[in-house]
Amino acid sequence: MKLATSLLLGAGMLMGAGCTQHAADKSSANADDAKTLRIITWSDYIPQEIVDQFKRETGIQVEVSLSNNEEIISKLRATGGAGFDLAQPSQDRIVSAQQEFRIYRSIDLAKVKVAEFRPDLLEIVKKNATLDGKLYALPYVWGTEGLLVNSKRATISDYMDLCRPDLKGKTSVRLRRPTLMAFALAIGKDPFALYGDTKAYTALMDEVGRTLIACKPNFRFFYDNKDQLINGVRSGEIVASMMWDSVSWKLNRENPDLRYINPKSGAIAWLDTMALPARGRNEAGAYAWINFTMRADIAAKIAKSIGNFSASQDADALMDPRLKAQFAESFPDGMKNMKWYPAIPPGLEEIEGRVLDRVKAAN
Amino acid sequence: MLEATATAAWHRRLMLGLLLAPALIWLFALIVLPHLDLALLSFRESVAPRQYVPSLTQYRTFFVEPLYWHVFARTAILSAIATALTLLIAFPVAWTIAKLARGRMGALLFVVCLIPFWVSETVRTLGWMILLRESGVLPAFLAHLGVTHGPIELLYHDATILVGLVYTSLLFMVVPLVGSLESLDNSLIEAAYDLGSGGFAILRKIVIPHAAPGITAGCIVVFMLTLGNYLTPTLLGGKNSLWFTEQIYSQFITRFNWEQGAAFGFLLLALSTAMVWFGLKLSGQRFSDVMRRT
Amino acid sequence: MAALSSATGAPPDLEARAVIKRFGAHVAVDNLSFSVARGSFFSILGPSGCGKTTLLRMIAGFIAPDAGDIQIGGRSMAGVAPNRRPVNMVFQHLALFPMMNVGENVAFGLARRGVARAERNRKADAMLERVGLGGASGKRVDELSGGQRQRVAIARSLVLEPTLLLLDEPLGALDLKLREHMKIELKQLQSAFGTTFVYITHDQSEALVLSDHVGVMNRGHFEQLGTPQELYYAPATPFVAAFVGANNRMAGKASAVNGELVDVATSAGWQIRARRHGPVATGAAVEAFVRPEAATIARTSAELAALPGQMVHEGDVESLLFDGANSAVLVRELKSRFEFRIALPQTGRYADLKVGERISFSFDPERAACFAAPSAHA
Repeated sequence: MKLATSLLLGAGMLMGAGCTQHAADKSSANADDAKTLRIITWSDYIPQEIVDQFKRETGIQVEVSLSNNEEIISKLRATGGAGFDLAQPSQDRIVSAQQEFRIYRSIDLAKVKVAEFRPDLLEIVKKNATLDGKLYALPYVWGTEGLLVNSKRATISDYMDLCRPDLKGKTSVRLRRPTLMAFALAIGKDPFALYGDTKAYTALMDEVGRTLIACKPNFRFFYDNKDQLINGVRSGEIVASMMWDSVSWKLNRENPDLRYINPKSGAIAWLDTMALPARGRNEAGAYAWINFTMRADIAAKIAKSIGNFSASQDADALMDPRLKAQFAESFPDGMKNMKWYPAIPPGLEEIEGRVLDRVKAAN
Repeated sequence: MLEATATAAWHRRLMLGLLLAPALIWLFALIVLPHLDLALLSFRESVAPRQYVPSLTQYRTFFVEPLYWHVFARTAILSAIATALTLLIAFPVAWTIAKLARGRMGALLFVVCLIPFWVSETVRTLGWMILLRESGVLPAFLAHLGVTHGPIELLYHDATILVGLVYTSLLFMVVPLVGSLESLDNSLIEAAYDLGSGGFAILRKIVIPHAAPGITAGCIVVFMLTLGNYLTPTLLGGKNSLWFTEQIYSQFITRFNWEQGAAFGFLLLALSTAMVWFGLKLSGQRFSDVMRRT
Repeated sequence: MAALSSATGAPPDLEARAVIKRFGAHVAVDNLSFSVARGSFFSILGPSGCGKTTLLRMIAGFIAPDAGDIQIGGRSMAGVAPNRRPVNMVFQHLALFPMMNVGENVAFGLARRGVARAERNRKADAMLERVGLGGASGKRVDELSGGQRQRVAIARSLVLEPTLLLLDEPLGALDLKLREHMKIELKQLQSAFGTTFVYITHDQSEALVLSDHVGVMNRGHFEQLGTPQELYYAPATPFVAAFVGANNRMAGKASAVNGELVDVATSAGWQIRARRHGPVATGAAVEAFVRPEAATIARTSAELAALPGQMVHEGDVESLLFDGANSAVLVRELKSRFEFRIALPQTGRYADLKVGERISFSFDPERAACFAAPSAHA
């Protein structure tokens, strides 16, 4: 028994020693850290061309890990904010995560060329990503989630049309929170107004849940990634679906019958940001990257790769005219009828999660 | 004198301990510690940002919310069905390999069982999706034959999940079965035949009792693999998949509710342990005997 | 082949009619016909690969003959599965069911026939009692000795009261002493039960001790079918002479044929005389066989002069094979250097023989067999 205890103690000490050693490595290896910038982001957000150009201009090698909102938070939570030097969560997902898990460090606006940012978008971020007076994110790219429809086979105008009997088994949505928001809007409620009122929000979500459950036979599947939906649309199995604008416009270029429309209740507008993980090792590199990506020429290249519009003030002039035309067609009123996400208060996702689970379980 | 022996014995124990130390440390660091951490997680509740109190809420949620119960029971039942189906399909295959095929033919059959594992589970599952989706190969073929009026959607049914699970599990059932069937002396079968048994009586009285440890081993492995499978039920089951691992994943990753996820994880662990124990009791096998067969 | 029907005129328990079985180009059983009388102990004796196992498996029903018919109890077995034949088999390695205890093993066949549990337990216990294993029914199979297992295997078959009990070299796996013991036991069991036994073996001593009739099998056919005495004293072919019992075998030419007696010049240049079995022409290649016990040994040739008509040979003692009553001596014949085996008289008179000693020996030509050498063997 004694032997076992001493062995375990020894093992613990060994591992402890390993950790301190590791920590020592971290502080002494600053020189190496300055040469790499580790970014956790979405696919298409950082084209190789830009990575190469950044390396030429600054000597910093960018390492990209692809992810999504939930994973960004989960991964940073697991490491306490280490492992990456820059993260790109959506603007509404920052404050609650920061409150709960302390995974970001605040932005020092003095190190940022603020004039390069579109003021309206910067304002949104300032409003939604500020905690205790400190700003935790800067805008990067924005877009909308609306409706994709094969105009030859169906005509739709709002989210609820996905539940029309004539489209049974031919539509799809993601089983994620944007869908809940969209359907709340579609039944004439404003979910964002109820963010602060847990009880009312729960009631609304229950109602949305019932709506989606009633609509479930219409959904062929709940897609988890855009490729799954693209496959369904291309094969003709899916006629109409909730979808991101960029993906829809890409499909539209292949097949003009596939149109992206702004639903009557309003497309849901998202804004993805740049945030600094709490235990990132290359802060200077991260600021260099932020300023680099907001340069008009770079921002335009990035926007083209993503198929969305950049937060850079002057990139608009350099944007792909085709994309601009598509935007104009989908949004004849410009940015008027768009619903921007406010910051999600903590605890909301648990309410939504239960509803999503119920929808999934319903038959 | 006595003291010397005691010292020698102590030295031997020390040596043994030192020899086992790497394995023990590995086990402890990679298996025991994370589980302890998860266990602690599962017994706390977040009351405010960054404030946690010990609580049984996570487990209570499981029992109060019928959805989780439903998915849990469904996962267990479908896993049991998948295990039974795998056994039914694997048995003739194993029999052929162990008793009928000779030399290279047996090896070849084994390789055929192994081929699906040359590609990753994702690719395998996507392959099934390509075959079964409405615009896929099989529905088109069925429609062409006139079995169905038009292409029908074969994905996103429970049966589809079962097909995928059985396919993925087959090898893990065939291997222990072949092992236990190969050790069955053919003359026992002939003797039973000679003493008046028909095929079914031979199977029931001779083959199954002999192969019982292999059958149990295969069933345990397949059941655990199936219960813990994430990709196959999620992809093939589509909007109705409802696999318990998916719940755990979504609690951890999309809800950031590690406490709930950890509690679910432990419930799943308890379920598989209980099912294995029950299976062993039912078949009258001992765990150590069974594990020796795998 | 001779029919061996018993005197009562009842149909034979086993009858094979022109049975043929081929495996590819190899003919395992070649147009074989024979019959086995009710209640007798019949052995099929032959070297491995002679087709005896194939024959047995055809009788049991595990393989079907390519041609011909097998009848058991007067009924054709064509198309009858093993589990429907009135035949049971004791397997080479017994094939007791390890997952059952002794009683369950014995009751197994009864259970398959739908005999009620109480009845089959009673029958199984009674059968175990009869084979001397009363009270062993609750034991595990691996708790039994080799001989006890043997008896369980037999009991398991006999409890079904088969017309025919087939035994596939069941003593092969036992050690020598136990084998000797089990031979006697088998014989006693057979006469006690009166069941017809068909026994296959490659051990001529088992066949001779146990059987009423023996078929000596070689290359798919019977070389000879007869009582053990006939096989021993009147072998029909050189194969039987060589295979059954110990024999001195000498190949050579017939230098002269005088009625029944043949003068043989062995290839090593030794002159002997033997009785003719079958036609032998002067100058033809022959094989001669002399059993060790047919030869008489003497220290001087004068002692053998009293035996009329016998040639006296001389040789040196090569080695002494002391085995109690079965003791023999290997003698190297003086001229041909042929190694000749002679059984020593049981009186112990020659117990003091020394290696290298010069001795004389002779044998009665009537008890030496001469065959025309088999020619067209594949």
